[in-house]
This record gives sequence, C-alpha cells and structure tokens, in this order.
Amino acid sequence: MKHDRREFIKKAGWTFIGSGLYINLFSAGPALAGSRSSALKNLYAFIVNTETCIGCGKCAAACRAENSVPDGNYRTWIERYTIMHSGSVEVDSPHGGEKGFTPLSFNPADIRKSFFVPKLCNHCKKPNCVQVCPVGATYVSPEGFVLVDEKRCVGCSYCMQACPYSARFMNPVTHTADKCTWCYHRIRQGKTTACVQVCPVGARLFGRVDDTDGPVAQLLKAKRLQVLKPETGNEPMVLYVGLDKEVH
Amino acid sequence: MHDIVTSGFLFPNDLHAHWSLMIVLYPYITGLVAGAFIVSSLYHVFGIKELKPVARFSLVAAFAFLMFACTPLLFHLGHPERALNIMFTPKFTSAMSGFGYIYNFYLLIVLLEIWFVYRPEIIRRARETQGPLKALYWCLALGSLNDDEASLGLDRKIISVLAAVGIPSACILHGYVGFLFGSLKSNPWWSSPLMPVIFLLSAIVSGISILIVCYWLVCRFSDLKLDTGCLTAMFKYLWGFFILDVSMEGLELLTHIYEAHEEWHIVSLMLSERLGFSFYTLQLGICSVIPLIALGFVVLKKMQDATRIRLGLICSVLILVQVLAMRWNVIVGGQLFSKSLRGLTSYTPTILGREGLLAALVLFMMPFVVMYVFNLILPLFNKEAESQQ
Repeated sequence: MKHDRREFIKKAGWTFIGSGLYINLFSAGPALAGSRSSALKNLYAFIVNTETCIGCGKCAAACRAENSVPDGNYRTWIERYTIMHSGSVEVDSPHGGEKGFTPLSFNPADIRKSFFVPKLCNHCKKPNCVQVCPVGATYVSPEGFVLVDEKRCVGCSYCMQACPYSARFMNPVTHTADKCTWCYHRIRQGKTTACVQVCPVGARLFGRVDDTDGPVAQLLKAKRLQVLKPETGNEPMVLYVGLDKEVH
Repeated sequence: MHDIVTSGFLFPNDLHAHWSLMIVLYPYITGLVAGAFIVSSLYHVFGIKELKPVARFSLVAAFAFLMFACTPLLFHLGHPERALNIMFTPKFTSAMSGFGYIYNFYLLIVLLEIWFVYRPEIIRRARETQGPLKALYWCLALGSLNDDEASLGLDRKIISVLAAVGIPSACILHGYVGFLFGSLKSNPWWSSPLMPVIFLLSAIVSGISILIVCYWLVCRFSDLKLDTGCLTAMFKYLWGFFILDVSMEGLELLTHIYEAHEEWHIVSLMLSERLGFSFYTLQLGICSVIPLIALGFVVLKKMQDATRIRLGLICSVLILVQVLAMRWNVIVGGQLFSKSLRGLTSYTPTILGREGLLAALVLFMMPFVVMYVFNLILPLFNKEAESQQ
C-alpha cells in the first residue's frame, strides 16, 4: 500500500514537471520563436530625416487609421523643437502633431532654430521591453521587428516602464501593451509602412539594410546618423538625420 | 475621475501613471511579510527569548500578509486571468517572472513552519474537543497525533531549519521587489543598486512596526497581558533597522544630488512640485526624524514603562506611515515625470474602482480578517506560556 502511494507521488511529480516543460517549450508560439532563433538579424532599419520633416502630421494620422490606434494613444508622434537665442528650448506636440502645428507664437528674432522630430518605437537590437516581459508576450521577430502578442500579454505594464522612449501604451480596448509594429502586416505583404507611404517629403524611410540599392542602405552610406538615448545601450534601429543634442 | 495636471512637455504616452495605488500597496504588504517573518526568526533561529510572546503571532501575521501580497497585482493587471502564465510560461530574462516561484517557495516555508509550531496545540485540541471541531483538528494534524518527546524534538529541529531557510527567503523576496524597480535603467528615479537594500530594510521596519501596533492593540482589547520586555526588545530592533533604513535612503538621495546627472533636474522638480508633502515632509521629515530621535530615547533612556510604550507606539505608527510614503514616492514619483525629461504629470487615486482607495483599504484589511479567523481556530498568542513567565 505504502509502495503504491510512493509510486503514485513519483509519477504525479514527473507528470507535473513534464507537462510544465511541454507548455513552456512547445506551446509558447511566436513569443519564443524569436528567442529560440540563434541567428536573430536586424534586417530592417527606419530612417527619420529631421532636416526635411515639415510637421504636417500625415504620418501620425495614417498610422492611427491603419492600425486602429485608440484616441489619446500614440504609436507615432511628431515633436516640434524651438531653440531660442537665449538657449531655452520649447517643445510641443499638440495631439501628437497628428493635426499639424499652429505657427509659432514667439518673436522670430528670438528664435535660433526650429525643427520637427517624428518619434516611434525604435525596434531596438537589445530591447528592454523584451527583456522585462515576464511571459514573453513581447518578442523579436526573425526579421528584427519588436512585436507584442496580445493573446499572451498579461497587461502588467512592465514593458511601458522599461521603454526609455515611451513608445508603448496600454490599449484601452484590448487591455494589453500596444506599440508601433513598423506595420509588420504590411511589410509581410511586400508594402511599406503606412507612415512612410504618406510622408509628402520623404522624411521617413524604411527598408532592408542589406538591400544595397534601397533608400535606407543609400542613406546609411551617405549620411552620418544618430539614435535617441544611445546611453541606454538598447541599440535602436530608428536612425536620425540631423538630430540635435536637445532631443531626448 | 480627477483631472491630470501637467506642466512642461510630456511624451504623449506619458500622460497617465501606469502603475497605480495597487502597485504601491503590493510592496507595502510584501514588506510587512518580510518584517514579520524576521521577528519570528529572531526568536526561532537566533534565540532572542524576549520575543517569545510574539513569535507565533509574527509567523501567522507573515502568513496572513503573504496571502494577500499578490492580490493588488491581480487588481492591476489588464488580464488577471492570465496571471498564472508568469509561472507556466515564464521568460527568465524578466525580473518579474521569478516572483511567482520566490513567492510560492516562501509561502511553503511559512506554511510548514506554522504547522510545525502549532502541531502540539493542534494535537492537544484534536484530543480535547468533540464533534466537528475534533474532525477539523484531526485534519489539521494530518491524522498524526504523535506528540511524544522524540517527535516534538524533531519538530523543533525542523522549525529551526525552516526559520533559517526562511530568513534568506524573506530577504530575497523583498530585496527582489526592490530589484524590480531598481533594475529599470529607463527611469532615473528608480534605477539604483541601493533600491533592493532600501526596500528590504524598509520592509523589515514596517513589519516590526505592524507587529508592535497589533500586539499592543490585542493586549489593550483582550485579557492578554502586555509583556513590556518583549515590546522593548522590538523597539530596540526597530530602532537599529530604522537607522540603517534611513541612512540608505539618505545616501541614495545624496548620491542623486551630488552626481546631478542630466535627469536630476526633472527628478528634483518632480520631488518639490509633486511630492513636496509626501517626500520631504512625511518620508524625510516627520516620519523619519521623530522616530529616529524618539526611539533612541525609548531604547537608551530610563523612563517609566507606560511612557516608553506610548512613545514607542507613536514611533511605530510613524514608521508605518514613513514606509507607505516611501513606497508611494518611489512608485508614483517615478511616473510623474516624462521620459522626455521636460515635463511633469500628476496622479490622484480614485475613491471607487478596482484600483481605487476603497478597494485598497478593503484589501489591506483582509490580512487582519485572516488573523482573526486564524485566532478562532488556533490562538495567536500562547497565554499559558505567558502566565508561566
């Protein structure tokens, strides 16, 4: 009798451990697909040219329409920096710049320079958000896109706290973390991102870094580029032309 | 719904504080667990005999708080029904994913220790009671009514081992909660190697304080005799740990001020404009300075027992407020400035709603309900032992 009970406990223990391993290794779906891949490559990069952006806001509006972004939340936005001769810096982004900007109210003689900086998820090579997600709902696709699996996300907001760029928000409809996907669904269909498509001045560029004839590879060769908050060590894949030191 | 007050430039997604009152409550309750357990271990492992009157109670208090330590998280999660995925499909690069394992391991240690500590009492009651109560105690004894000296001796050995394993577990549990915040490099107000140490020390002082207050209240409103020696010993430990706690908090602030990184400008603005009262007045001022000085008098100076107890009690309450304020200032404070480093937002908890004040208050009362129910089945305090003393 005693022997039976010991056998039962032993078998139950192994079954429990085995089922746990099974769930962990085989049922994790896309969340683990990225982390299992030994050859993660950041095949794509996004280039923002702050020298040509005119702050029309079409990109942010197109993003909202394409991705059904709820009001009050932003997958992408545009900031306007106004730097005065005195050295003071004014930044604004009414409605995320989605409806454009009203003319500056400062005396033009006081302004040293003014420019627009579009922002979006940086799809970092070493993303904090992926590191901190406790259930692997935020993951890196084989192509290097940082994505959120809304069927797995528990809505703990840890990724939002970890993102140095505040590129994430809690979707009030799905109650899960949400962010720019670089329009992954469109890229898979051979299209470009919605924001790149509507930009009237080509201030946003997206493409493969290994496509030597493509616009991204060309710009990578021709321009000196910077990233936002390089000190975090996240290695962002959104690169900026003409980034000023005042921009965080 | 309160209006959000903003100033300066915020990133558009930084308008709301994602981590609310419930995330303030979570480390507060977890801290009470760690502190209460440390008190019980001081008796069971380190043999501090003065703490015997509260040794059992502190263990049960640790258990009661532990039962509700995770509940605030469930109130907060966007998908609480997926909460267990943190344990079933964890991602071990995440600091958060380990919590379920650490929590459950610790819960197991505490439960086992309570069972072994109460085993003689359970057996006695299983023998002395009749009817359904007898069945209840028989079940609690797991059908084993063996209380000969050899068996009880083994129990005592197991208790010592469990308490000894429990100390590092308690430290890991709360140090780990501090690590959740301290390891976020994106937030200059959180990112600090001192954060786990501060969380651990504040946990210990809050745990000792709540035991002091509860012990006094129970003695005040029941026929239990207050053991002044026990209270004085607790005041002594409280003072010692509080000196360390305040020193660490002060050192961290000093480091921020002295290093004056680029981010310090907005953090200091946040502290003065948004947390002036809760940080400077409560956490650093009234609730740190008064207990530090007054507990020094309580421990070092000769005075009447009644005065000592009164003064020590006031200090304990102030320390409970200090730790709560610290949790608020860290967690809410870290979300009141934008990562643009150019603007501030505000957060006022709602009264109602699942993350509101009322829910938090009810949640905080639940461990006391558990203690009350526990006391109906098994006594929190050993009156016979006390009368012998």
